[in-house]
Amino acid sequence: MPAFDLPTLWAFIIAFAIFAYVVMDGFDLGIGILFSRIPAGHERDTAMNTIAPVWDGNETWLVLGGGGLLAAFPLAYGTILSALYAPIVAMLLALIFRGVAFEFRWRDPRHRPYWDFAFSLGSIMAALAQGITLGALLQGIAVENRAYAGGWFDWLTPFSVLVGVSLVCGYALLGSTWLIMKSEGTLQARSYRLAFALAIGTIIAIALVSAATPFLSDVYWRRWFAWPQVLFTAVVPVLVAVATVVFFTSLKRRHHYTPFLMALLMFALSLAGLGISLFPYVVPPKITIWDAAAPTSSLMFMLPGALVMVPIILAYTGYSYWVFRGKTGHEGYH
Amino acid sequence: MLDALDATLLARLQFAFTVSFHFIFPSFTIGLASYLAVLEALWLWTARQVYLDLFKYWLKIFALTFGMGVVSGVVMSYQFGTNWSVFADRAGPIVGPLMAYEVLTAFFLEAGFLGVMLFGMNRVGRGLHFIATLAVAVGTFISAFWILSANSFMQTPAGYAINAGGQFVPADRLAIIFNPSFPYRLVHTVFAAYLTTALVVGAVGAWHLLRERASEGARVMFSMAMGMITVVAPLQILAGDQHGLNTLEHQPVKVMAMEGHFKSYDNGAPLVLFGWPDEARAEVLYDVEIPKASSLILKHSLDAPLKGLDSVDRKEWPPVAIVFWAFRVMVGLGMLMLALAVFSLWARVRHRLYDWKLLHLFALAMGPAGFVAVIAGWVTTEVGRQPYTVHGLLRTSESASPLHAPAVASSLLAFIVVYFIVFGAGVFYILRLMSHSPQAGEEGPERGQPVRAAGITPAPAVPDALGSPGGGA
Repeated sequence: MPAFDLPTLWAFIIAFAIFAYVVMDGFDLGIGILFSRIPAGHERDTAMNTIAPVWDGNETWLVLGGGGLLAAFPLAYGTILSALYAPIVAMLLALIFRGVAFEFRWRDPRHRPYWDFAFSLGSIMAALAQGITLGALLQGIAVENRAYAGGWFDWLTPFSVLVGVSLVCGYALLGSTWLIMKSEGTLQARSYRLAFALAIGTIIAIALVSAATPFLSDVYWRRWFAWPQVLFTAVVPVLVAVATVVFFTSLKRRHHYTPFLMALLMFALSLAGLGISLFPYVVPPKITIWDAAAPTSSLMFMLPGALVMVPIILAYTGYSYWVFRGKTGHEGYH
Repeated sequence: MLDALDATLLARLQFAFTVSFHFIFPSFTIGLASYLAVLEALWLWTARQVYLDLFKYWLKIFALTFGMGVVSGVVMSYQFGTNWSVFADRAGPIVGPLMAYEVLTAFFLEAGFLGVMLFGMNRVGRGLHFIATLAVAVGTFISAFWILSANSFMQTPAGYAINAGGQFVPADRLAIIFNPSFPYRLVHTVFAAYLTTALVVGAVGAWHLLRERASEGARVMFSMAMGMITVVAPLQILAGDQHGLNTLEHQPVKVMAMEGHFKSYDNGAPLVLFGWPDEARAEVLYDVEIPKASSLILKHSLDAPLKGLDSVDRKEWPPVAIVFWAFRVMVGLGMLMLALAVFSLWARVRHRLYDWKLLHLFALAMGPAGFVAVIAGWVTTEVGRQPYTVHGLLRTSESASPLHAPAVASSLLAFIVVYFIVFGAGVFYILRLMSHSPQAGEEGPERGQPVRAAGITPAPAVPDALGSPGGGA
């Protein structure tokens, strides 16, 4: 195995897209998940306004994840999506409901409660479906002759549901800490309370998923506990512990930014843990990134695009966030 | 076997349904984004309030349409994997990079600047705001560029090799991107998007002129839309003709189905105006023909021979009746657009653009024509590509995922129900926004400022109360 090759590079590019998606759409899905806990009126409108200018860009990372997977690992794209047909279709339908609610709720005040409900339920379902997808991928997908060979409900197991619920909780944590950062007054006070409870839930969820994963397969077990890797892998839970301590301290001191940053760090560490479990498999237990990779000429076709465009995208996305920086509140966007 | 066949048919229906629904939105937003950029440029240049009012008026409609385009588009990027996994595996190495380029160069650009365009006017100043509007408009065009390149590759594949695993792999990148049908398809589709937008803007302008002849906003939008149609409708017919000749060269069977030519003609083929293509009997029933006209159009010679469907195996035939009729719907609407172009030009010359009721009624009736023509054109070219996904190389029956019919049927049903509820509501909201005439001091999409009294919500309700004193019907 060469130290550096194209499939590995592409695996990192797509992992980055997934990470960008999870943290960015994570907080705006999180606000949808929490929507029923935010009173209708000024607080809900403000919560919505904090994400209205950016949600669309956030969701584009999901399209890059899908498109990138199709382009770089077409075999993985085809098998994962047909194996996880039901949760993927559910996620897409849920994203439709929550996506249109951003505009529809303003256009139809009489039916606003319905669109708020669609926003909330759509966000919860999308997060749950994404978590179930991840869980089902971790537990392995049956593949024969370059095609999915399992059943229609293979994805539904206690483990996949656990990962689904965990992701709902984690997104809600991101959402609540985002609101701490972007709001003031009663909404902020409410967000501090929500963040406290959600952080406890998220830590428990991380612990449960981490504890269950090594038992799914020997490969995962060796990945994490074999000597001497354990010296490196042990860093991940230690850092999660550090992030947790900093998180609760900052919450207690009513910091505005630190809770969100620590929640991001927890997500980054969880994804790193995921990478440790999976790499180099893209569809466990059989298909590695090298099996699934598109031909070299295809990977080279896209490489300049990715290497040039991703930094530019990050730059103007950063600019867009900068334009809408600060507290979103009484003055709206004026 | 029967089960597998049904699942493939259902997967095709699902793809056709989701892509047709999706295509409605970008075919409007591509043109509308450019229109908004023009309006904002005119406002910055002339400082006339009416341009800013129209900009804000159409910006609210753009926001709704764009949102629906995004969510229905996310579905498309996953359809290839859920329902067409074999296609994804085989053609992914070529189609995938083209779509990845679309995401990287277009989707992020549009999404990144959409927030600034919708909500940022007072945060970034006029110059930067205009740049954001331009970025969104350019993004919609770049998006059309890449997705049509990918689509054209499926119609006229070029620059590829096939590896041991049966995958299409890139051999010549530029030949892939600029494959033979791509330039024609790009021009034809972008013109179609501009026409669609101009027809909608023209119909909204006509509607308000019918009710309120003095409305400055209605006059300006109607005049701009009719001007656009006058220029683009004739160009579009020219582009369509060229695209047809290109199709004849690369996909002759598709043209045979479009023309309803079951037989070969050695001495000038007739143009079948109407009729009912009967595939089983291999003839067009009840046909109305113009002798030799088809040879004249396609070969620019009355007596040129043209081959018919009898020259190819039935297994290579697309569904003839669908292609035949979809093509006629598109061309018929194109002719009506040309009629509107001529009529409005005549009205303009006679200085009756704003008070010729018949013109306004005609323009109003033509409002949805662009969408119908776009979908009909799309059906013509995509159904005409059958029975292949990648023309001549990968059969549709060999492209589908190993799914069972019930799974595809239930997801198809879910898509239909959700799309009709959600996009039905969205179209209703758009029509409601359009039913209010543009006002001086029009509000933009910025809203929800909690300082406002709770009952006063966004734009529509309030300006209407000030409505049209001199107008009426």
